[in-house]
Amino acid sequence: MNDMSRVERQVDTNKIKLECRDCQVYYGETHAIKDVNVDIEDKTVTAFIGPSGCGKSTFLRCLNRMNDTIDVARVKGSFKLDGEDIYDKRVDPVQLRAKVGMVFQKPNPFPKSIYDNVAYGPRIHGLARNKAELDEIVEKSLRRGAIWNEVKDRLDAPGTGLSGGQQQRLCIARAVATEPEVLLMDEPCSALDPIATAQVEELIDELRSRYSVVIVTHSMQQAARVSQKTAFFHLGNLVEFGETGQIFTNPEDPRTESYITGRIG
Amino acid sequence: MPLLWLILIVVAIAAVGYVLGRARALQSAGGDSRGLHSLPTFYGANVALKTAVPAFGLLIVWLLVQPIFVNSQISGMIPDTEVEEGSSRSLVMAEVRRTAYGLENAVAQGNITEDAASNANADIAEVTQSLKDAGQIVTSEITQPILLAAQSYRVMNSGGYSVMSIAVILIALAGAVFSWRQTQSEYRARNVVEQGVRVLLLAAASIAILTTVGIVLSLVFNTWEFFKLYPASDFFFGTTWSPSFSGRGGSSSLGVLPLLWGTLYISIVALLVAVPIGLFAAIYLSEYASPRVRSFAKPMLEVLAGIPTIVYGLFALLTVGPLLLEVFGDDGLGWMKAGTAVMTAGLVMGVMLIPFVSSLSDDIINAVPQAMRDGSYGLGANQSETIRQVVLPAALPGIVGAVLLAASRAIGETMIVVMGAGAAARLSLNPFEAMTTVTAKIVSQLTGDADFASPEALVAFALGMTLFILTLGLNVFALYIVRKYREQYE
Ligand SMILES: Nc1ncnc2c1ncn2[C@@H]1O[C@H](COP(=O)(O)OP(=O)(O)OP(=O)(O)O)[C@@H](O)[C@H]1O
Ligand SMILES: [Mg+2]
Repeated sequence: MNDMSRVERQVDTNKIKLECRDCQVYYGETHAIKDVNVDIEDKTVTAFIGPSGCGKSTFLRCLNRMNDTIDVARVKGSFKLDGEDIYDKRVDPVQLRAKVGMVFQKPNPFPKSIYDNVAYGPRIHGLARNKAELDEIVEKSLRRGAIWNEVKDRLDAPGTGLSGGQQQRLCIARAVATEPEVLLMDEPCSALDPIATAQVEELIDELRSRYSVVIVTHSMQQAARVSQKTAFFHLGNLVEFGETGQIFTNPEDPRTESYITGRIG
Repeated sequence: MPLLWLILIVVAIAAVGYVLGRARALQSAGGDSRGLHSLPTFYGANVALKTAVPAFGLLIVWLLVQPIFVNSQISGMIPDTEVEEGSSRSLVMAEVRRTAYGLENAVAQGNITEDAASNANADIAEVTQSLKDAGQIVTSEITQPILLAAQSYRVMNSGGYSVMSIAVILIALAGAVFSWRQTQSEYRARNVVEQGVRVLLLAAASIAILTTVGIVLSLVFNTWEFFKLYPASDFFFGTTWSPSFSGRGGSSSLGVLPLLWGTLYISIVALLVAVPIGLFAAIYLSEYASPRVRSFAKPMLEVLAGIPTIVYGLFALLTVGPLLLEVFGDDGLGWMKAGTAVMTAGLVMGVMLIPFVSSLSDDIINAVPQAMRDGSYGLGANQSETIRQVVLPAALPGIVGAVLLAASRAIGETMIVVMGAGAAARLSLNPFEAMTTVTAKIVSQLTGDADFASPEALVAFALGMTLFILTLGLNVFALYIVRKYREQYE
């Protein structure tokens, strides 16, 4: 844990962006998330860690109501974005998802050109007034997704023709193009090489200056490098949530400690 | 010996061979199947295969070749004087065969003794009478040469079949013994059976392909015959279709253009109805409908697909035609003369195609991965944006395929046209006029009593060929589109 000390940690001053209380998620009979309370702060990177199948993706999907698209999923509890309940009847999940963007665990580029993939969100939300502006947004997003140099000569090629890692970065670029206030990233680097990973981490760090980012990761090092807050999930429970430095150097719960040191997983 | 018995005997030999082969294999390994190269059942199957396959092969070949051989032999026996003016040798041969079968059945029923039936000097009138008594069809008086020919036809046939039965059983036995002796622990029965399975599958595939080739060849040859009698340019570019049924050729105009136009016009109307409605229904069912609605609506649509086209034809004739006539007929807008029109047939055909388009498209839309939709929702797109910009483009190749498949069905449809569109071949733009299609005309050309060698009948093959090329072109085009999008999106 050498690199821990090198990360300068700026905390506590931020206001709470997303407040989650008593969250429960059921898939039919399965109780996948149990009594989870988490505060996602503004201008902060929050990392979710935990063994496979513990409910990280499920909880992440609650934050922009993506669980609505799963028939068997039921979500309970209160989720407040800037003080407003996002599960309120009056809230349009479509509007919400424009504010709370998402990068999925598996890359899912659309069957369109690379350009159209990135321009998809801006077009839907009318972010660009003309073609030149759209071009600019696309280029900026692709640069932030650390993929611009690889695709700048073939923006018209289908996004599905890229390699797995490139597709993932394309999806990241696509998500940042809509300028979400909260960006949810589900294992964004699991298919990336160290260089691209470093670039994505740089992007996350850059996004932190304006938005809040939630990242699910299986890499302790990554969580330690990029996040200020860390939540450790285990079997659907939130075991521990706090400052990243605190969690990694001095965890309170024995389960957290054994997971971090690699004894359960 | 009846064929069924022969087959059963061969199967029985194979079954016994199976059991013995299996037993011998086990025995050769000292009763321990682990000492064998293959599982014991493979040794049994090996024996059964080597018993049945050559025997049945011989049986099939023999059944195909013997009639040809006997026919040519008997045909040579008939003197030229027996072939009347205006008749042909094949007609006389048909008479011979009929007499032979008549004798066969009469003997079986006991109306005539075996001796009398095969007596070369029998009284012809007597034989004819007893055939009639036996209820056999005898067209004209049987002449002496015909009776003789029929008698030797019987002899040759029954002799041939006896030899065949013996040969088949011998081959089966030989196969069984040979493969039974082959059986020992080292023998690779599993590989042999695998080969056998491969050959079996190959045979099935080749039968399918050969039949198609046969049908196409017969179309081609008959079309060729037609073009010898009728100029091809008149057929392809002629704008009138008026076959004469009175005499032989000469006065008929057999231009395909009015029929092609009718076919295309009706199909286009049908597709204009079916594609939007079918596609929208599919989108509703797969994206918007609750599981309950879906579980109820989808089978309903599929029932619609199961209605025979003749019922749709009735619907066109009795319901849609009169309805349209009320609105567009002389009492209404005055565009329509009778209930049968392009519009009537097109609308009804469109209804027929809706379940076809919707059911195929629904499956295709459902096959678009959920991850793709999630990606779009995750960017804040709503449902119709997601469908329009992500789901449909991803499903497009399949949907195009479904539409083109529907188009080939529309082009090939006959019953609805006959009942809904009338029988008049004409080139007109008015969709409320009666027109007819290629398929409907094929029916009417062949169901009349025109001579089969006349251009009026042979034109059916040329029409069939045209239709075949049309649908083939459509299918090739569909494949091309599907490939093109596949390359782009996968
Ligand atoms: N669509 C679904 N239907 C039913 N059960 C589901 C569904 N999605 C997830 N689950 C269940 O919910 C639990 C949590 O799954 P989730 O995908 O959130 O795990 P995760 O922590 O993201 O794991 P990983 O690290 O492997 O991605 C698992 O037990 C899983 O089987
Ligand atoms: Mg996950």
